[in-house]
Amino acid sequence: MRVQLFGTCMIDSFYPEVGEATVQLLEHFGVEVVFPKGQTCCGQPAFNAGYREEARGAARHFLSVFTGDDPIVTPSGSCAAMVKHHYPELFRDDPRLAEKAARAAARVFEISQFLVGTLRAQERSFIGKGRITYHSSCHLTRMLGVREEPLLLIAALKGAEFVPMPDATRCCGFGGVFMAKLPEISCALAEEKADSVIATGADTVTGGDSACLMTIADALKRRGSTVKAKHLVQLLAEGL
Amino acid sequence: MSEEQGSLHFRANSVASIADESLRAALRNAADTFGTRRTLAFGSVPDLEALREKASAIRMEVLDNLPGYVDTFAANAARQGATVHRASDAQSACDIVGSILTGHGITMAAKGKSMVSEEIGLNHHLQRLGIEVVETDLGEYIIQLEGETPSHIIVPAIHKNRKQVGKLFSERLGVPYTEDPQVLTKTARKVMREKFLAAKAGISGANFAIADTGSLVLFTNEGNGRMVTSLPPLHVAVLSIEKILPKLTDLPTFIRLLPRSATGQAITSYVSLITGTRKAGEATGAKELHIVLVDNGRSSIVKGECREMLKCIRCGACMNVCPVYRTVGGHAYGWTYPGPMGMVLTTLLTGMENSYPLVDASTLCGACVDVCPVRIPLVELIVKLREERVRDGLSDRRERIGMRLFGAAAAQPALFGWGEKLSRLLWPVIKKVGGEKVAGRLPEPAARPFHRRMP
Repeated sequence: MRVQLFGTCMIDSFYPEVGEATVQLLEHFGVEVVFPKGQTCCGQPAFNAGYREEARGAARHFLSVFTGDDPIVTPSGSCAAMVKHHYPELFRDDPRLAEKAARAAARVFEISQFLVGTLRAQERSFIGKGRITYHSSCHLTRMLGVREEPLLLIAALKGAEFVPMPDATRCCGFGGVFMAKLPEISCALAEEKADSVIATGADTVTGGDSACLMTIADALKRRGSTVKAKHLVQLLAEGL
Repeated sequence: MSEEQGSLHFRANSVASIADESLRAALRNAADTFGTRRTLAFGSVPDLEALREKASAIRMEVLDNLPGYVDTFAANAARQGATVHRASDAQSACDIVGSILTGHGITMAAKGKSMVSEEIGLNHHLQRLGIEVVETDLGEYIIQLEGETPSHIIVPAIHKNRKQVGKLFSERLGVPYTEDPQVLTKTARKVMREKFLAAKAGISGANFAIADTGSLVLFTNEGNGRMVTSLPPLHVAVLSIEKILPKLTDLPTFIRLLPRSATGQAITSYVSLITGTRKAGEATGAKELHIVLVDNGRSSIVKGECREMLKCIRCGACMNVCPVYRTVGGHAYGWTYPGPMGMVLTTLLTGMENSYPLVDASTLCGACVDVCPVRIPLVELIVKLREERVRDGLSDRRERIGMRLFGAAAAQPALFGWGEKLSRLLWPVIKKVGGEKVAGRLPEPAARPFHRRMP
């Protein structure tokens, strides 16, 4: 099986190790990973801030880079949701691109979705350790509807203990441009989230979106906490 | 817009709210309580999704034929003895209510809770005419004593804890200080009872208006709604035109949804249906009923791309779950309606040029969409309003420049790569310029980006 990997701009610049863990995992399951050259960003920052034209430009570029029929896999729930839900809407009135957008929407998968749904990775055991808690990212759960998959994968980390977080579905305060425009509220929300993480007594907080984990990691650091924030693919790759 | 409007500059307002620890504690406590109760209350509704769908469809039916339903309601209410008035804007609504009351020589009116009366600035207007208006909803009474505006549409004094209420009552009402909610409630009840008996006019809002019967529907928990609408000989009801339901048989759907969404109750203590004036042989009810139907922008909103906002039944569920609302409270939103519904409705009612900073007040987390009983796509509407802000040239200049650059780079990989490289080089500067709370929260960019690690 072959997939196209969408690395996302966030991971490209800040968390290349998350991209590498994704590749490692997919290859472990015998999947051939193709990294389409010239990929940039899905356009979500522009879309959410109301810059439809700029979002359309990014989306048009994405569609020109991710061609063919292979599944598109990405370690980001919000980027997958962008392609799945907003691309078809962005090109509603453009017959040629509407068809391309619909095809991309149908073959885009968030990594945990792909690992569980297609590769049945939850049936394998990974070596886990410590106490792990999970932050349920808004776009991953609400927009993409991915709720169970990450939990199944955490359960596959044998030896690790899962401790549910209070209010796991409450927003971490990142919100893309929100973080820059209303930093005081963003920080307050991240601090509240960090407190929830600390209250679990976990040593690691995991999730499916690097942007959320970045926000949480920063708040934890400011709280003087030693709890680590790691993308779920990192925990799985470490436990292979 | 009413004259009592505060500042719609959300960020400035919110910074002060965040610093207020007691406010944040009160908000969190109340919002959590209502959120939990809501979840529990819907446990007893077997097919919630079907119910929401039905409610949404009924509300859309009204919006699709709004002028027709307003006419039907008006005709049927008039047939039941009500005098129906139509107000195109806030000023005309205030003028109508003012002239009804002054025409009857009213000097004091007992008033039930009504958000549209806040929207049009009714109390202020009546006070200028020399009419004393006494709020009889406990929460509204508390903030009236304090000289504030509501900070939540269901729980107007959500931002106050009982210590603050105790202090307020002892200062303003001259009673001994106590923080016992029961004693405080009794005190308020005693004051209000005298007002109910003395008032020659009652002013109310309405949760719904039923087109086919001409009835008004009120959901209340304190019984004050019944008192103001049936005890005084004159009743003036003020409601916005979109509050109509087509048929009386549509009401049960909303009886199941509204109290559960709002306070987590299966039903409120009182659900009052008021159809016309007191008839011969009846012991209660106002002898004279005036219904003021307020448009104030609705007729044009219903034609626009955010029309679904008018499905709103004012339950407040969206604010209870909104992470932003929970952190800053209702006053930060600067006008009558706070939270996710408030951001959208305020912008539609007051105009983008007045409220453009407000549309930033969401992380687009979608918690509001999950709980909305009539399925208003709030996240979608917020994004639409942000698009409108960009089209109107009212978006932040730095944001605009940033997005133009981003758009260009996202479409050109080479440019995107250079951009990444440049930001790595300039990182120390970016961190400094971006500030502690923005760039300071980002990690160092990786020395080698992911795309260069891939074959």
